[in-house]
Amino acid sequence: METDKFIVALAGQPNCGKSTLFNALTGARQHVANYPGVTVEKMAGWYKHGDVRVEVVDLPGTYSLTSYSPEEVVTRDFILHDHPLAVINVLDASNLKRCLYLTFQLLEMEIPVILNPNMMDVAENCGMAIDCSMLSQQLGVKVVPTSMKRGQGKKQLMVAIAETSIETERMVPAHVDYKEMEPYLDSLIALLRSNTDMGDKYPIRWMAIKLMEGDEAVLELVKKNSGDGLDFVAEVNTFRKKFEDAFDTTSESHVATCRYAAAEAICRPCVKQDKVLGRRISDRIDDVVCHKWLGPIFMLGVLWLLYYFSIVQGYNLTNYTWPLLAKLRNFTAAVMPDPGFIDIPLIRSFALWLVDSVNALLNYIPIFFILFAFIAFLEDSGYMPRMAFIMDRLFGRYGLHGQSTLPMVLGGIYVGGCAVPGVMACKGIPDERSRLATILIIPLLNCLAKVPLYVLLINIYFADHKGLAMFFISTISLLLILPISKLLTMTVLKNKETAPFVMEMPPYHMPTFRGVLGRALERVWMFIRKITTIVVALAVVIFILLQFPGITKERMVHYNSEKGKAIKVFQNKIKGTPYEDALAGENLMSMVNYWESYKNKKMTTKGAEANKVMKDSFKDKNPVFFAISQPGKDKIARKVNRAFKKMYKSRKRLLRKMKSERIDRSFLGRLGKSLVPVTKWAGFNWRVNVSLLSAFAAKESAVATLGALYEQDESGESLEDRMAKGESGFTPLHALALMMFMVLYPPCLAASIAVKLQSGSSKWMLFGMGYPMLLGIIVATLIFTGGRLLNLTGLQAMFVFYFLALFITIIIGSIKPETQYQTKH
Amino acid sequence: MTLDKLKPGSECQIKKLSIGDKLGQRLMDMGIYPGLALKVIRNAPLEDPMQVEIDGYSISLRHEEACYIEVEQNGNR
Repeated sequence: METDKFIVALAGQPNCGKSTLFNALTGARQHVANYPGVTVEKMAGWYKHGDVRVEVVDLPGTYSLTSYSPEEVVTRDFILHDHPLAVINVLDASNLKRCLYLTFQLLEMEIPVILNPNMMDVAENCGMAIDCSMLSQQLGVKVVPTSMKRGQGKKQLMVAIAETSIETERMVPAHVDYKEMEPYLDSLIALLRSNTDMGDKYPIRWMAIKLMEGDEAVLELVKKNSGDGLDFVAEVNTFRKKFEDAFDTTSESHVATCRYAAAEAICRPCVKQDKVLGRRISDRIDDVVCHKWLGPIFMLGVLWLLYYFSIVQGYNLTNYTWPLLAKLRNFTAAVMPDPGFIDIPLIRSFALWLVDSVNALLNYIPIFFILFAFIAFLEDSGYMPRMAFIMDRLFGRYGLHGQSTLPMVLGGIYVGGCAVPGVMACKGIPDERSRLATILIIPLLNCLAKVPLYVLLINIYFADHKGLAMFFISTISLLLILPISKLLTMTVLKNKETAPFVMEMPPYHMPTFRGVLGRALERVWMFIRKITTIVVALAVVIFILLQFPGITKERMVHYNSEKGKAIKVFQNKIKGTPYEDALAGENLMSMVNYWESYKNKKMTTKGAEANKVMKDSFKDKNPVFFAISQPGKDKIARKVNRAFKKMYKSRKRLLRKMKSERIDRSFLGRLGKSLVPVTKWAGFNWRVNVSLLSAFAAKESAVATLGALYEQDESGESLEDRMAKGESGFTPLHALALMMFMVLYPPCLAASIAVKLQSGSSKWMLFGMGYPMLLGIIVATLIFTGGRLLNLTGLQAMFVFYFLALFITIIIGSIKPETQYQTKH
Repeated sequence: MTLDKLKPGSECQIKKLSIGDKLGQRLMDMGIYPGLALKVIRNAPLEDPMQVEIDGYSISLRHEEACYIEVEQNGNR
């Protein structure tokens, strides 16, 4: 039967080179989705073979097909319900026996299997020779060996897939002999056939085996499909009990042992181990990398490199990419309606706000790209499990997991990370409870965007102890998140699923350039698509909250008269000059716009040559305006230039005043004021409240909003000075409370979305946003009100709080976690 | 004797898994089942978890998990 389109699935154990094969087959024609209801990613792609379009689904790597982990359930359900034409079972050729354990389970599901021993080159290097035709005979399935890293075998595999689609007869696959259990299986099959119609829908022997294994999901399925007459659950339990009593073993253990015995029997004639090799290279690397002292040092080195390249160097790279984003903004500014002297068209401010919000995120792309490439490299090399191995004990004490290390480093364990990649990196943590705990605490680490506020406040209020204050703020977040995650796991996450830690430490591999680059690009693209679209939607909401209801009519009248005054002053100054007419009426506004665009261009143009070209083009556009903008030695023009600049400044001041008034009256402003009764105990006034509220879009905006609220009267005065002046009642204690609130600030928009994606529910996103706010206000109140009651200075309060946090962390760390298993010993 | 009590460098034979459910299944799925020879490679820098070698590959597991693996130590190292 010839079809023009069919689906095949890739299945295999972790670290067998499955994704390399997937990439080789589908190239760039891939897309990522999520399986419904779980956070497991569904990778799919396609290729053309002749006229046939072959859809390839890369199932998650699993050791087995039980229903204990979402990955296994997803794999199983896909095979059962989506009926792929064939499953390509990718095997690590150097580890055949364990891989065949999964193969038997696939065969039991009665799906056509093509066996693909991959990494044949690695097996050869280990001195193994695998007889593939013998393997095919023994197992009764097609066997197509490949060495994907060397690009060998891809064509043969594609041919084999195409053949499967048209073949009418198949070999009979081998099956595992479950020995003493067989009679029980037969009885169960009979029972299933007579009481349900499951035999038509599902592989019946597989169901019987699963029932004997005590598989909850299959039992549930059977329960749903069986009539009321028979209590299937009780029936299955009796079978299991009878078997276990008769043979003094658990049924699961018996099933597994039989599968391994069958795998062993198949491997024996097919695999020849030529020479006995000395210790493998991987073992020698482990001697250093997992060494008691060298291991942690090596890990710190790796993390430092990761930090240095992505955060430091990546940040430098943004110097080159930012002009591109600035161009996008300038372009938007150019196509939008021009601003008036004091009234900016709403559509203009909206478009610019949107571009600014998106740019703030796109600006991080170089950082993310390097970060993702580095992570892909670490993943492919096999170092990740070693990192988990080293850190598990420490983090385990606080309800986290060895595999929380990388997400925490990305999130900014010292200073300068970003919660978005941090939260995204939590995907690999198998233990649901620790994964959620990690996701929830990562936003409390010090991301890059929190730093401007710290710097601002430390420069004003801890100017004499800058180093100390910076150290405090950099390390305090770690002292907070450890006890917090412990508390979370002991309370809200208490009933979440846990998973055994047991993990493979796969042999090291040299990652391929293509693999690393491909994955980095793919993840950056995913970030752009998923995050940016949602950020745009939420940016709209915040814009409305900040803009409306706007300035009252009466105040507008006032501002208009201010505007009139400013223009009048200017016109008086330039009276009698030849430029008077050129700047009259509407022309004045044209001059303002001309001046602004000239100034912008001048800033972005580099090099004498380019500068000249730029200037000439402006001269061509309007020689009179150009003479005012660039007066040279012409005395009159210089006078006009000075007067113009003065007026331009007055306009800016007016605009700023209006902005501050608009925020003051806005919904967000009102919210900020209505919160004062609560926040005053933490030392926050309404301006601080508003800036904190607006920081939700992106934390950088906290400083920007403060900048707008503490209006600039004379030029050159820095925000530090303005704030110090504007808030004479503000003390270092206020600043400390504010900084601590910022440490505990809820995740920004993008990070919240990441939390939603990784936790798989909006509920956790809301919780992740809510609890830091509550905690933040409590901590800030504790510092501010407590500090005032005890008459502490900011610095003293800082010390007291630090040692309190340290003390709590140590105490909580010394509570031995309950074991997740029933205590037997 | 249980696996968690063994010192790095010891070799042993797996006798029995004294736990079922998720952990027991997981251990078996990763290739830890009765009859197999196993070698303890090392403990992590903070003593837990431990790294063991079976059948040519490396596995790491916590001591609280290893205590459900009953083993018989080879030789008297």
